[in-house]
Amino acid sequence: MQRIGVFVCHCGTNIAATVDVKKVTEMALHEPGVVHAEDYQYMCSEAGQELIHKAIKEKHLTGLVVCSCSPRMHETTFRNAAEKAGLNPYMVEIANIREHCSWIHKDIEEATEKAVILMRAAIAKVNLDAPLKPGESKVTKRALVIGGGIAGIQTALDIAEAGYPVDIVEKTPSIGGRMSQLDKTFPTLDCSSCILTPKMGEVNAHPNVNIYTYSEVESVAGFVGDFTVEIRKKARSVDMDKCTGCGVCQEKCPSKKTPSEFNRGLDTRSAIYTPFAQAVPNVPVIDRDACIKFKTGKCGVCSKVCQAGAIDYDQVDEIITEKYGAIVVATGFDMIKLDKYDEYAYSQSKDVITSLELERIMNAAGPTGGHLERLSDGKAPKEMVFIQCVGSRCADERGKSYCSKVCCMYTAKHAMLIRDKYPDVNVTVFYIDVRTPGKNFDEFYRRAVEEYGVNYIKGQVGKVIPQPDGKLLVQGADLLDNKQILKEADMVVLAAAIEPNPDVRKIATMLTASIDTNNFLTEAHAKLRPVESPTAGIFLSGVCQGPKDIPETVSQAGAAAVKAIGLLAKDKLLTNPCTAHSDELMCNGCSQCANVCPYGAISYEDKEVNDHGVREVRRLAVVNDALCQGCGACTVTCPSGAMDLQGFSNRQILAEVDAICR
Amino acid sequence: MSIEKNEGFRPKIVAFCCNWCSYAGADLAGSSRMTYSADVKIIRVPCSCRVNPMFILRAFERGADGVIMCGCHPGDCHYTSGNFYARRRMTLLFSMLDYIGVENGRTRVEWVSAAEGAKFSQTMHEFVDKITSLGKNVRLEDLRCRN
Amino acid sequence: MKTEKNRAEMIREISGVNPLKCMKCGKCSASCPSYNEMDIKPHQFVSYVINEDIEALANSTSLWKCLSCFACVERCPRDVKPGKLIDAARQIVVRERGQDYLTPDEIPELIDPETPQQLLVSAFRRYRR
Repeated sequence: MQRIGVFVCHCGTNIAATVDVKKVTEMALHEPGVVHAEDYQYMCSEAGQELIHKAIKEKHLTGLVVCSCSPRMHETTFRNAAEKAGLNPYMVEIANIREHCSWIHKDIEEATEKAVILMRAAIAKVNLDAPLKPGESKVTKRALVIGGGIAGIQTALDIAEAGYPVDIVEKTPSIGGRMSQLDKTFPTLDCSSCILTPKMGEVNAHPNVNIYTYSEVESVAGFVGDFTVEIRKKARSVDMDKCTGCGVCQEKCPSKKTPSEFNRGLDTRSAIYTPFAQAVPNVPVIDRDACIKFKTGKCGVCSKVCQAGAIDYDQVDEIITEKYGAIVVATGFDMIKLDKYDEYAYSQSKDVITSLELERIMNAAGPTGGHLERLSDGKAPKEMVFIQCVGSRCADERGKSYCSKVCCMYTAKHAMLIRDKYPDVNVTVFYIDVRTPGKNFDEFYRRAVEEYGVNYIKGQVGKVIPQPDGKLLVQGADLLDNKQILKEADMVVLAAAIEPNPDVRKIATMLTASIDTNNFLTEAHAKLRPVESPTAGIFLSGVCQGPKDIPETVSQAGAAAVKAIGLLAKDKLLTNPCTAHSDELMCNGCSQCANVCPYGAISYEDKEVNDHGVREVRRLAVVNDALCQGCGACTVTCPSGAMDLQGFSNRQILAEVDAICR
Repeated sequence: MSIEKNEGFRPKIVAFCCNWCSYAGADLAGSSRMTYSADVKIIRVPCSCRVNPMFILRAFERGADGVIMCGCHPGDCHYTSGNFYARRRMTLLFSMLDYIGVENGRTRVEWVSAAEGAKFSQTMHEFVDKITSLGKNVRLEDLRCRN
Repeated sequence: MKTEKNRAEMIREISGVNPLKCMKCGKCSASCPSYNEMDIKPHQFVSYVINEDIEALANSTSLWKCLSCFACVERCPRDVKPGKLIDAARQIVVRERGQDYLTPDEIPELIDPETPQQLLVSAFRRYRR
């Protein structure tokens, strides 16, 4: 029989206001095995842990039940406290009477009754707890960064600087990401390329960084400290070692009609291409869907003009298998598709563009050479209208429920740059709210209004109507003046919502990292662990976790790097001791458990057993503790009931069921 | 069974929640103060595939009026494939429950992610309403062996 | 006579709309073809329901100027659908007056093949008891 101590936390008033903690404490003493019960203001505090320590020593406790917040919050705290007092940390169970009780119920009597039942279930479980000892697993001292935008680059650089090798996997032919498409950055108006290109060069030259561009993660196996990742290096059709990046192939390529991804489809590129001039690596790829050689077999111009002999039409996809200790996801974002927003005439008029398209138009390397002009007729616009929150803050299925966070600021930037460069252009911004939290952000927005004379109107636009003369009629409302506005514009710019890169769902599934309904990766704790995924060894960098601007992305990238470095710096990790084990006398060697095990942790051995005096050699299941992650799939599959899971044994869960239904 | 007859009836409901998604979803419901009935008691399991059909039968045997199992969304399982096993096992178990005297509707499987506190609370509301309308689980009572 | 609270509750019930979801973006007013004819503008309509000032709505010309084109319903990003609120307010007024302008039998005579179906439905909703 265990000697159990029950500790009931008030959590200030978080628990005590709804649950009668004194009554719970008193009820605990009526339970079998309980020899000690007390309550305290804050059990997780130093003083609270001291109470636990003292009780373990004085009452010779063999098991603890702490009635407090979620075990996801403080289970480790109380396990450590128990260990300090000489008790096995796995002899601690938590009754979650805060998140699952006091915070969701209002009636004191009802909540107290439920708290007592939850406590009983925990006591029933502790009664059957056995001391467990965690095993050890190795740490592969290499990190993988998925995504080569500013987030991925910064994370990789920080990890590399700490002395660990890092691989970056980037889907497109060059690193750089969204930031490389931007013209200027708020609120300082630095040129985006000028600050990004040196970083791209630095990460490319770093001896600890290895970049796989035009590559994708194919599969992920393993667990924290020991991931095995397959990377598909797509056939580039150009030999990376031979190519000198002279660019002649791109000039001579006869197939030049493919919409340029980098310029958001506003102009075209050749079939053999680098996305932009400063691409890293500066080695083109052949887009086989567009290449005449691949489509008809006749052409081969690039091969003929290439002095280095780098063109290789026979290249095939290559699968690289590599081991990693930590994985950082930095898959970034894209803008939502606007095909459901017919009222803004995006698909009807070339002069209705998204902000990212405007970014390319304003850029000297963009489709118009940096001249602000209408894409329909090349004329300089005189009236520009910006529409905010297109698809952001939407309750319907057309848009996204969240605020995209960066639009208010980049629109102020666009408006300011246009007024600065083309003072004769009138700029009107239709906004719902202007959100500018951030250092020097509001000042920046005010400058757009006060110094540059940008006309901000509070009210969403209802409709954009293309006119026969090519103008755009914008129907909006000024809510402060309480009047409807009909305004003729030459160009309309839509601040479309941003959304996580659509590939992230596939990647999250491979990593078994949680993802929310908007496809943002979930963090382990919204406030205290914002750069870690709940899945150990997976870290989050940049917009894949939620909308962010560049400075926030860079800070988060650094934070994710530090967390990854902290993991890589360890020589060994303690493994979860809650693993499956098989009862030798009950196992009949049927192989069912091995079939369901997702980790290949179960193998079979011929072993001599002593079954009640009968000695014989039997084929038995053996669980490798280092591989077993403790999911329990095998325990339910086992037809003879030989498999059980330590820490969540059949008897324990049944005892909990019994305690709840009592 | 009419609603009046069920007035004052407090069902016993056991919820099995996987540690990675649904238990965290229940935590989020708690920290967001999204109320649901106190009749629901949650048991934490590492994965929905740890839920042995035996646990559910035992709950009914001991007087539970409803059992709900929550796991990660298909494809999002922390252990890659656990919820697929769970889904099959529960489909099979639920198809036979009626035969042993537990009506349809007293069991439910729901996928709740760690970010879906509102869904957790909503699901529990619905389930409690459903069980309340079904009333006490009398059909297994005679067979029950109480300690 | 019902209280303002009752009438606001009825508007919410008939329309099936939760006006508290409104984020005051004004897209409804920006979309409205009858905007200039209305004394209480579509986006204000939502606030009046929230503030339970239904008498003002009942006396407003907006009720009868709304064309039921449902542009605001279609475009509202928050699912507030001011057009449905207006429609509901209109029904309350019509019900309270006890008028009955139109019977189903009269409708076939009034149909012009050019008339949009939506208009018919709206007209029927507006002028029946």
